Amino acid sequence: MELSPESLQRIEKLIPRYPTKRSAVLPLLHIIQEEIGYISKTSMEWVAKKLDLNPMQVYEVVTFYPMLKEEPVGRVQVKVCRTLSCALRGGYKVCETLQKELACPLNGKSEDGAFSIEFVECLASCGTAPVVMVDDVLHEEVTPDKAGDFAKELKSSSKQKA
Amino acid sequence: MAVKETRILLKNVDQPGYTNDIECYMKHGGYKVLQAALKRKPEDLCKEIETSGIRGRGGAGFPAGMKWKFLDRKSGKPIYLICNADESEPGTFKDRQLLYKDPHQLLEGMMIAAYATQTALSFIYIRGEMYEGARILERAIEEARAKGFLGDNIGGSGYSCDMIVHRGAGAYICGEETGLIESLEGKRAYPRIKPPYFPAVLGLYQCPTIVNNVETLCHVKHAIEMGGDAFAKIGTPGNTGTRIWSVSGHVQRPGYYEFPCAGATLGELIYDVCGGLAPGRILKAVIPGGSSSKVLKAGERYKGTFKDGTPFDWSLEDIPLDFDSFVLAGTMSGSGAVIVMDDTTDMVEATANINAFYAHESCGQCTPCREGSLWLSRVTKRMCSGDARKEDADLLKDIADQIDGRTICAHGEATAWPVQALATKFKDEFIAKAAEPKEAALSDRQGESAFRLI
Repeated sequence: MELSPESLQRIEKLIPRYPTKRSAVLPLLHIIQEEIGYISKTSMEWVAKKLDLNPMQVYEVVTFYPMLKEEPVGRVQVKVCRTLSCALRGGYKVCETLQKELACPLNGKSEDGAFSIEFVECLASCGTAPVVMVDDVLHEEVTPDKAGDFAKELKSSSKQKA
Repeated sequence: MAVKETRILLKNVDQPGYTNDIECYMKHGGYKVLQAALKRKPEDLCKEIETSGIRGRGGAGFPAGMKWKFLDRKSGKPIYLICNADESEPGTFKDRQLLYKDPHQLLEGMMIAAYATQTALSFIYIRGEMYEGARILERAIEEARAKGFLGDNIGGSGYSCDMIVHRGAGAYICGEETGLIESLEGKRAYPRIKPPYFPAVLGLYQCPTIVNNVETLCHVKHAIEMGGDAFAKIGTPGNTGTRIWSVSGHVQRPGYYEFPCAGATLGELIYDVCGGLAPGRILKAVIPGGSSSKVLKAGERYKGTFKDGTPFDWSLEDIPLDFDSFVLAGTMSGSGAVIVMDDTTDMVEATANINAFYAHESCGQCTPCREGSLWLSRVTKRMCSGDARKEDADLLKDIADQIDGRTICAHGEATAWPVQALATKFKDEFIAKAAEPKEAALSDRQGESAFRLI
């Protein structure tokens, strides 16, 4: 596993801030996932060694938290809120439209690897439902009638990136 | 509008020109309360909080002063303070406003709490999806550190306390305080059994620990500023201070609104403040305190007597917005998350939506919750796929009753309570589902907000 010097520096600064090394598991996994996109077995072993843990102690954390991915996801990660307040305002419709427009199956990747779509639980923005997260940015009031245009914008901005 | 908000916590939030940096906060009088507090004895500050009667705003409503009092100071172990910013109860979005738009208010409240309890190290456990929130807090901490309000020798008082922002990773159970502690220790967020693991005695790293919600810690600043007695005069005895209500679902103006406890009723909140329902729609049900609270059905009456013997007879609209009134109405105010549902809502689908949440979020430690939550979810999903049976309402109620009270943490109750109320109060709808032709169950419903919920 190759990490950038910036990430390594962040990791070195972070570990001694905690009273125990083990507390740094989640922060380290976040840093790795943000750079590499997912957490491989090799990454888990690397974290375990870094924090004097058994690899199993890292693996059990990775498999517990929904945000941590063991497989690569799409280049753009789309998370649609599934929970009640968003559903009452059309969250399921929004999710269907995004799947269709981005040619991406639910909880899977589009064929070109550009997108992945996931239904996630409450994103704590129920007053501006339905909400959709695209990578680390929250988009509010993505109503069913706006979902088509929203998908088109995602497609054009992802093309610019690629 | 008949009722007016009283904004204390949200005073500066959303005001034109108000930004979330330290300069702006200090221009508005920020950190003066901390500076004054540092000149007082820590135990005096704890006393003020006890007098203020502040109850936890995270869901349980436990008095903060009492939580602090339970701290085991004889052990000689370091004391830790954790701000629970893992806002995840469906319907709740008040902490997000406080974190994103006025982070220094929280930091000031936390440093006062830290000094009052003589905390050695403090943490903000923020939910993983709030990337921007974590960045805002990191920046705020560095700003506060540069001005000497946090870190070494705070305000020249000789007291030192650092603060760490710790990000979660998408697990609802981390909002449960002992689950949060396990998560902060770098483990799966399996809640701990109490006793013996009361955080105030055996918390983080087996040391005495305080875990308080974001809104609670923001209140600490104001309670110290105005004094415990003055704070206790806001609201009603036992229900002091203001509360922020997050309103979502089928209202015209969803949003966050701050009132003194019992300063408005649920009806005023829905109709006056939030503009009521869409034209032509009729109120069907309200979930008053996040999806784990028991649903209130339009048209119900809540009758009983107060502690002093005076009787009450309320409609749903009459319930005062505080802590105790919702308990009297057979539910709870939880995290103050009001989810409104109009007559287009299919209650079986709403139940299925809620069940899917609790099944997904069960940590899997206790059998009744792990198996029961999935079972509930399977039944309601089947019902929504055109295979409902008329005995399903009874089955659901039975499963929920078997979970309730039989688990390590309150996730069991959070799973059981909504089902117990929904499958009983809307039993006729659950039974009618069985008579519905399969095609009808699967087809798209007409009407703008008549969305399928599962």
